[in-house]
Amino acid sequence: MSQNAKAAEMKFDDQAKKAAEPKNGADLFIETLKNENVEVMFGYPGGAVLPLYDALYKNPIRHILARHEQAAIHAAEGYARVSGKPGVVLATSGPGATNLVTGITDAMMDSIPLVVFTGQVATGVIGSDAFQEADVIGITMPITKHNYQVRSMEDLPRIVHEAFHIATTGRPGPVLIDIPKDIAQTVGSAEFVDELNLPGYQPNFKPNSLQVKKLRGALAQAKKPVVLAGAGVLHAKASEELLQFVEKMQIPVVNTLLGLGGFPASHPLFLGMGGMHGTHAANTALYEADLLINIGARFDDRLTGNLAHFAKNATVAHIDIDPAEIGKNVPTHIPIVADAREALKKILSLDFEAPNAGEWRDKLDQDKKENPLWNTENDDGISPQSLMKLIHDITDGDAVVTTDVGQHQMWTAQYYGFNKPDQWVTSGGLGTMGFGFPSAIGAQIAKPDKTVVAVAGDAGFQMTLQELGLVAELKLPVKIIIYNNMALGMVRQWQETFYEERYSQSLIPVQPDFVKLADAYGLRGYVVTTEEEAEKVMRETLTDNEPVLIDCRIKPKEMVYPMIAPGKGIHEMIGVKPQ
Amino acid sequence: MKRRIVTATVLNQSGVLNRITGLFTRRQFNIESITVGSTETEGVSKMTFVIQVEDDRMVEQVVKQLNKQIDVLKVNDITEQAIVTRELALIKVMTTPQTRAEINVIIEPFRATIIDVAKDSVTIQVVGNFDKIEAMIELLRPYGIKEVARTGQTAIKRGSQRLGAESKQFSILN
Repeated sequence: MSQNAKAAEMKFDDQAKKAAEPKNGADLFIETLKNENVEVMFGYPGGAVLPLYDALYKNPIRHILARHEQAAIHAAEGYARVSGKPGVVLATSGPGATNLVTGITDAMMDSIPLVVFTGQVATGVIGSDAFQEADVIGITMPITKHNYQVRSMEDLPRIVHEAFHIATTGRPGPVLIDIPKDIAQTVGSAEFVDELNLPGYQPNFKPNSLQVKKLRGALAQAKKPVVLAGAGVLHAKASEELLQFVEKMQIPVVNTLLGLGGFPASHPLFLGMGGMHGTHAANTALYEADLLINIGARFDDRLTGNLAHFAKNATVAHIDIDPAEIGKNVPTHIPIVADAREALKKILSLDFEAPNAGEWRDKLDQDKKENPLWNTENDDGISPQSLMKLIHDITDGDAVVTTDVGQHQMWTAQYYGFNKPDQWVTSGGLGTMGFGFPSAIGAQIAKPDKTVVAVAGDAGFQMTLQELGLVAELKLPVKIIIYNNMALGMVRQWQETFYEERYSQSLIPVQPDFVKLADAYGLRGYVVTTEEEAEKVMRETLTDNEPVLIDCRIKPKEMVYPMIAPGKGIHEMIGVKPQ
Repeated sequence: MKRRIVTATVLNQSGVLNRITGLFTRRQFNIESITVGSTETEGVSKMTFVIQVEDDRMVEQVVKQLNKQIDVLKVNDITEQAIVTRELALIKVMTTPQTRAEINVIIEPFRATIIDVAKDSVTIQVVGNFDKIEAMIELLRPYGIKEVARTGQTAIKRGSQRLGAESKQFSILN
């Protein structure tokens, strides 16, 4: 018998064995994932998911084994944000599931599509405080778009199919499926379903023409129009349409933090990010506008400042896929419930008259020139702002950049200059420390050929640094930049500004030697204390195909400016560049 | 604060009541009462909420947030419409041989009935809208109310609506 024939016979045997093998819930689970074209999942095994992991072993899907469930879910968020596909997470019951809570909430706040699977104790003992039992459905009800507990093996294909649909359509978000261990072990047959039966879930994509007409009328009359573009533009893949609309109408654009990249930062009509650490020009435009067109932003309090002073003379138009966001924080005159891309396409298809706003644009251009972003000029360390400009230059402004929350996040948002969509991954709504590094891992997995830069503070990095093990294992060329000011920088900044320099628990005098730490994982590590050193190391290491950790000693007392103090209006900025 | 009556038809999935009460709690919506029961359609329940809101924007948020729930099929603020609302209350009142007859006279115009009699108390069942039940309780209070159990209000739209009194439209679909 030839080799080939032998192989064919063996294959036939395998197939026959497979067909003869009875299918259990866990096998079905893997098949449903393949049905949804899942290419990669992020997870961590444990008792209640042993059957699921066993099925995965027999019928593999690429699985990324994080070192902590929180990192697994942040990685899934990073993956989802840059790939446009849902992030899939698998964790065990009890502590495995509760460790996901931060990531689920983060994804809920920032509308990131995730499908999260958790193991559960067997149905017979649910409610008896069994080993590693937690009421995950109860815990995650307020932090998921929807959640399910599978009560019968036959329901599994339908539930998984619904979950992927709900997570990825309308306003995206996390959906959790809790699978009791005995369901995974139940042997039986279940049919795959293609059609969806979700009568209570019908997101509206097309704009209402009456409201679009109202917008047209408002635009024709506007003298001071401004577009506020949020993450909805990115989710809807509407940046091309946004650019066309804005160029045709010649309206200045402000981005929200999460909306960065939805409009090119280098565009002459771009005013910068708005809000607490936004540019003076952007906030002035929001404050003085007579027509504010919000496209896919949710008027978060960090953007609006004190609502009493926000866009108070403006006609507010709001395009959002989620009707509940319209009128939630800011009274809205022209509500347009629609997908941002559909709405902009509709608007572009009609012959809109451009507003007569030359004077307004000139005024804002002047403002941009007079009140640029700036930083102090003392030399007790690296300027964090210059460092970010340097990272931009070395990576040609083309890297995927991820951050935690805090000072380094704001400096990245202000100075990286995002020109394209889907290269910016940050924890906006929840403001999660420890998000940046693991989300960079997920982003790198989604985009293996891209430069991915994880910017983290020294404190936030220490919350998830165990994932250096994962970077080493997968040889992922993630570039870790630590903005090290030996402090919780933003907390320190607020204590300096609002609490008379009482630095309560915000300074971290003892830190690991990050270079040795990298070395312990077999990774390259550098510490840089001057801008020259930083430039030399970064030019060498940011462009190659290896992971690297660079501990950058930035000026410890540098502040993020300008700033709107809490409770203040958007026109009351402090720390604007002195004239 | 204004009282509003909001109804929701929901899929009768496990946990749906929990989803909704959780939503009310975390968004700081004040609930006066909730009633839940089955409807003419199998697997579909109807909930009636009486809520206290500060302004129209808040009730708009209540309606929109409820609508976002996957298991919620339809939400209506029916306060301004032609509706019938009913609530059932059981009121246990202290009695003496002297007051028993008097109580009978008081409850008669309310078409309430005595459903339990004990040596020193009677239990009265009354059905009506919110105001009627409040009035009944106020009238009985001087006799000494031992216990009150109320179902909360349930409501239904009248078969014919006044013109122009259709349900207030929010930008759910427009």
